[in-house]
Amino acid sequence: MSLEQPRRDTRLDRYVETYAERTHGLRVSAVRALFSVANRPEVVSLAGGMPNISDLPLDVIGSKIGELIATRGTQAMQYGSGQGEETIREQICEVMALEGVNGHPDDVTITTGSQQALDLVTRTFIDPGDVILAEAPSYVGALGTFQAYQAKVVHVAMDDDGMLPDALAAAIRTVRSQGRRVKFLYTIPNFNNPSGVLTSLERRHEVARICREEGVLIVEDNPYGLLSLDADPVPAIRSFDAENVVYLGSFSKTFAPGFRVGWALAPHAVREKLVMAQESATLCPPVFSQFAISTYLSNWDWKAQITVFKDMYRQRRDALLAGLEAHMPPGTTWTHPKGGFFVWVTLPEGLDSQALLPRAVTNRVAYVPGTAFYSDGLGSRNMRLSYCFPTPERILEGTRRLGEVLDAELEIHTMFGIDSTPHPHDFASGPGPDVS
Amino acid sequence: MTSDLVVVLAGGLSHEREVSLRSGRRAAQALRDVGHEVIELDVSSSLLGRLEELGNPVVIPLLHGGAGEDGALRQALELAEVPFVGSGSASARVAFDKAIATPRVASAGWATPTQVALPDDMFRELGAPTLVAALARHLGFPMMVKPARSGSALGCAKVDRVEDLPSAMVQAYAYGGVAVVERFVTGVEVAVPVIDMGSGPVALPAVEIRPDSGVYDYSARYTAGATRFLAPAELSDEVAERCAQLAIGAHQALGLRDLSRTDLIVDADGTPVFLEANVAPGMTETSTMPLSMEAAGLDLGHVLSGLVSLARRRGAEA
Repeated sequence: MSLEQPRRDTRLDRYVETYAERTHGLRVSAVRALFSVANRPEVVSLAGGMPNISDLPLDVIGSKIGELIATRGTQAMQYGSGQGEETIREQICEVMALEGVNGHPDDVTITTGSQQALDLVTRTFIDPGDVILAEAPSYVGALGTFQAYQAKVVHVAMDDDGMLPDALAAAIRTVRSQGRRVKFLYTIPNFNNPSGVLTSLERRHEVARICREEGVLIVEDNPYGLLSLDADPVPAIRSFDAENVVYLGSFSKTFAPGFRVGWALAPHAVREKLVMAQESATLCPPVFSQFAISTYLSNWDWKAQITVFKDMYRQRRDALLAGLEAHMPPGTTWTHPKGGFFVWVTLPEGLDSQALLPRAVTNRVAYVPGTAFYSDGLGSRNMRLSYCFPTPERILEGTRRLGEVLDAELEIHTMFGIDSTPHPHDFASGPGPDVS
Repeated sequence: MTSDLVVVLAGGLSHEREVSLRSGRRAAQALRDVGHEVIELDVSSSLLGRLEELGNPVVIPLLHGGAGEDGALRQALELAEVPFVGSGSASARVAFDKAIATPRVASAGWATPTQVALPDDMFRELGAPTLVAALARHLGFPMMVKPARSGSALGCAKVDRVEDLPSAMVQAYAYGGVAVVERFVTGVEVAVPVIDMGSGPVALPAVEIRPDSGVYDYSARYTAGATRFLAPAELSDEVAERCAQLAIGAHQALGLRDLSRTDLIVDADGTPVFLEANVAPGMTETSTMPLSMEAAGLDLGHVLSGLVSLARRRGAEA
């Protein structure tokens, strides 16, 4: 073989000097790579938020979609409106009415999942350096979108009843005193992802009042509102504040995520911009998916189907809470969600959920470290556990494995004299108490 | 050109699954490009049955970390009489464990960092404060703490102060029950692949690694653009030759076969110091082995194809 080749000096990426500044923080991470293992069947994954859709009437859906193609295929598989199809926008208004939201189909913009709604709203409002307020902790997918548009996220502390109004007002004041602009508050009042917290009605009114008075738009993300397992429904913020709220909804949890259909209900002026943004992003949201969902809503008792889903998720939630009760070491606390998909665990002082993830994966259990839900590095003592996808039996096994992992980690901390002593606190079930 | 079936094994359940999948995809494509029929398989309970159905084709185990690299899977392939490319189970077991491989290479006369290997049990039984103090005294700072059996720099940390040592040990033990603590070697970071196409091990050009962050951690390894590679390394001919000799020496001292990659540091005196040897070198888009092959004017597909032929002959002779 020849060694006479010229020396190659490379970064293995010829575009390394030309990427946009907003991509500079994007790097491969060992934690993300571990999730590749989490998807293996040997691992009990309490990490992902995939809804369990095995209870759907697949035969009925298959037959109706077949009919759809046979009878209206040329329409369903054609380009469509940038705002979305009229029929589904009307149906969405019926869905929203279940949570007290009185919207008009003209003010609904269909999106590719509510994730794209987040993207459109963010691109419409955010200039680099603008501030978005969000709960502490908040949805990792939203934080990723905000980061992509170079927004600065300021977290607002919450407790078992939701965001703390005083903390919200203080955050707005602080940001403004620094000469920065608050563009909107992003909130998930129903069964927050990741904490599972349901914001009380009183808090919703308080939050809405503060934002109205301060001129801060609210982006209310509500993917889990219809999945209340044992809480009385709480009216959406949009139901009593139509002018200052962009409301995001989704069929991903109440029907199926694969269709990628969500929506934004926005005040008229905002809606116009969202539609134009949608047209420049995709020309139109997926027409076939909209037709398919319309067909499902028209031909199936979808409200009864949601009840089926709720019964199934309730069993899983109960299994997770029972497993945590049985297997977590002293000093561990967790939320008790009344709906949605997630439980937020606070580990004993000194434990770092990200550092112990390799040990967990070795023990065939996975979760999402709490740091994923903060934009500022907090959350190392927390983890998000999902109960939506594994069976109750697997969930119980997962908590047993997780208990072993935490016991082993605590033992090794004790061995090295690293302080892991449980510190009593007054937030036994609080979601993100250390950030207030 | 050949149409012989090759199975590339990638994935597995180790912490390096994602890297392995990337290595497997690239190696499989390189083999297809030179005419092989290639099937990519993950490890599962049906693997051996599937290989039997396929007529026990030659396997390229590109599983990084865990059972894929520690000899366990290779032992199973040997039991099932499946021919495979790369080191046998016994030598893989030795090479994968830094607590065993480093002393083995040192005893063959090559420079290695001063190393202490400690299972977590020792801290439990003897008391951490005493051992931590002894480590600090014996090795001095800075030091490197690593899991004994892991790759891709997972769980590794450079420690500059005694008060940071306990948390670095905890981090290493998250990846396994034994950690090695080594005196830190300052110098130029280099990787030297070795291949043996049947006529003895040959070192390929050294690849010099210059991570932007200064630390060649997981992110620097697998984020394209985050590390600058020089192939061949910017070393004098004399030092480059020493690196090649060390890589061949380590390959032989550990009893490795077909291909390996030795990671080393060239210290201030120009002495190459062995860090570790890999029996399943990464083949990803950001891995050093393909870069080195390119620098040598070799094609990844042709090299792998040659090794497949060797493995097939070994299988036929067994």
